[in-house]
Amino acid sequence: MSATAQTRRFRVYRYAREDGPARFDEFDVPAAEAGTVLEGLRWIEVHGDPSLAIRHSCFHASCGTCGVRVNGREGLACVTPVDTDTVTVEPVANIPVLADLVVDMRAFVDRYPPQHPLLRDSEARPEADVPEGIDAYERFEDCIECGLCLSACPIAATDDRYVGPAALAWAQRVLEEPRGADVDAILAWADDEHGAWQCHAAFQCTEACPSEVFPAQRIMKLRRELTKRRLSGSSPSS
Amino acid sequence: MAVRDPRSAPAHVLIVGGGGTGGALAHDLALRGLKVTLVERGEFTSGTTGRHHGLLHSGARYAVNDHESAVECIQENTLLRRIAPGSFEENDGLFVAITDEDMEFLPPFLAGCEASGIPAQPLTAAEALRLEPLLNPTLRAAVRVPDATMDAMRMPLRFFASARANGAELLNHLEVTGVLQQGGVVGGVAYRDHVNGRDGQIRADLVVNASGPWSEQVATMAGVDVPIRPSPGVMVALRGRLCNMVVNRLHASGDGDILVPQRGLTVVGTSSWVVTDPDDLTIPPDHVQRMEDEGSKLIPAVRDAPVRATWSAARPLIGSRDQADSGRELSRTFETIDHAVVDGVEGFVTITGGKATTLRGMAEHCADVVCRKLDVQEPCRTRDTVLLPHTAYYAA
Repeated sequence: MSATAQTRRFRVYRYAREDGPARFDEFDVPAAEAGTVLEGLRWIEVHGDPSLAIRHSCFHASCGTCGVRVNGREGLACVTPVDTDTVTVEPVANIPVLADLVVDMRAFVDRYPPQHPLLRDSEARPEADVPEGIDAYERFEDCIECGLCLSACPIAATDDRYVGPAALAWAQRVLEEPRGADVDAILAWADDEHGAWQCHAAFQCTEACPSEVFPAQRIMKLRRELTKRRLSGSSPSS
Repeated sequence: MAVRDPRSAPAHVLIVGGGGTGGALAHDLALRGLKVTLVERGEFTSGTTGRHHGLLHSGARYAVNDHESAVECIQENTLLRRIAPGSFEENDGLFVAITDEDMEFLPPFLAGCEASGIPAQPLTAAEALRLEPLLNPTLRAAVRVPDATMDAMRMPLRFFASARANGAELLNHLEVTGVLQQGGVVGGVAYRDHVNGRDGQIRADLVVNASGPWSEQVATMAGVDVPIRPSPGVMVALRGRLCNMVVNRLHASGDGDILVPQRGLTVVGTSSWVVTDPDDLTIPPDHVQRMEDEGSKLIPAVRDAPVRATWSAARPLIGSRDQADSGRELSRTFETIDHAVVDGVEGFVTITGGKATTLRGMAEHCADVVCRKLDVQEPCRTRDTVLLPHTAYYAA
């Protein structure tokens, strides 16, 4: 049996703690109701199986909750179009699964040093003035903490102490714009065998990132800064 | 309802619904020393809360036709910036007049802002274009107001983080399947836990229905009616940041007349219609076109920007089912319903209506009713309590 022209066959990873090993359940979703993977999953939740556990919130690639793997590739379900007859949906890799497509994001957040900031300077168009009373536009960080970079990272799959692309990209963002942050402490944190030096420059993270954070490029910049400091004898870890 | 001995354990309140209102209510009640359990059928903020425009309203949008909402918005706008620093872009908003009709709206708009306590600074077309060079160059005038961009998920998540730190029990992926009731008194809920597939019950002294557009469905389980009109709106996220400030059309509220910059996106919204099932997310195709048509009147580049996503979210507007069809005529204010007074069902309260900007105020209002019913004397403390960062939500 295969999906018809009017339906898409969703193969969805299922796991519940007291329900035995993981399995794949199949659902035929009307093609018209599954423009995106998230629309298809929501249709299954409402019309197929209300016990399907998924995370979603903003529906426009701004919150980062609906990260999954679709046909083996990382993506935000809300902006991943359904363009195959069969759609295999799995939770992101390298983060423990709680249930079905829901992973334990504590394991993602724990990779950062505590208290990372959320705001940075606006990428305002340079010709624009700033209104009186506002020193500089501030805008939200591009990183939406979705975990897709960590899922795609081949090193994170082999070293569960590796802090991973998102946290290292964050460290580089702070270096670019410290705003009074303790730069030396952040460099010391990154200067570790499970930190910046563990990256093997596969660039899978940048490819997976849905929000133009470019984590791999930022890790390379971070390493250049660490190397520069080592050569000049001001290594934060010395 | 049995009279509780105030020397005994704190009263237990169970909140149904993990949107911004439920989260803010859990925070408020936890600060007042109550035992709080919150249950949500999916992820927190997965309903209307996470899907809204990402606009911290100044209230100016309601200044002419909905004075009560306007006042609520400016008060909470000021207050939220204080208790949730870092959750808003400090970018302000512009109301832009393009036509003669818009210009006629200018005097009542400025008067409405003044009457509501909303700072409003009139700007010439040239001044507005210096701030936002991509605005429609034929604009006639603009007014600057304290709108702002907010993170629709991370801002409310700070209420959840703070509530949990103060002892509230927060349970997601746990769906309410029934309201326990005996002799006209609600005493808890029955649930199904979607994480382990188990059914169970939670007893409580009082149940609050904070399920937004789903509040009618939850109320039905308790045998009462809530006059809610699930009123979805379509939003379109465009790639590229076409403005830094929130850009609104200066006219009576209509479709596609707000542009909110969010990270590297610009969100155009919204429309308004009424549905019976808030889970029905079907997007009328002509609404997407209307967003582009109306949005491009404010910033012409809207027409050429690639679309990142289109979606809809159901507002929980208050109004009986025989009212007009678009939902625009309904007030955006909120209501706490004590079903003991309205329906003779004790131990059951509904908080509904409102908007993301007023989540804290809604929670305070509802918590006052809850505490009065439970004979708890503690005052509200949420006005002056700075919220934990959103990442604290994930702390073990």
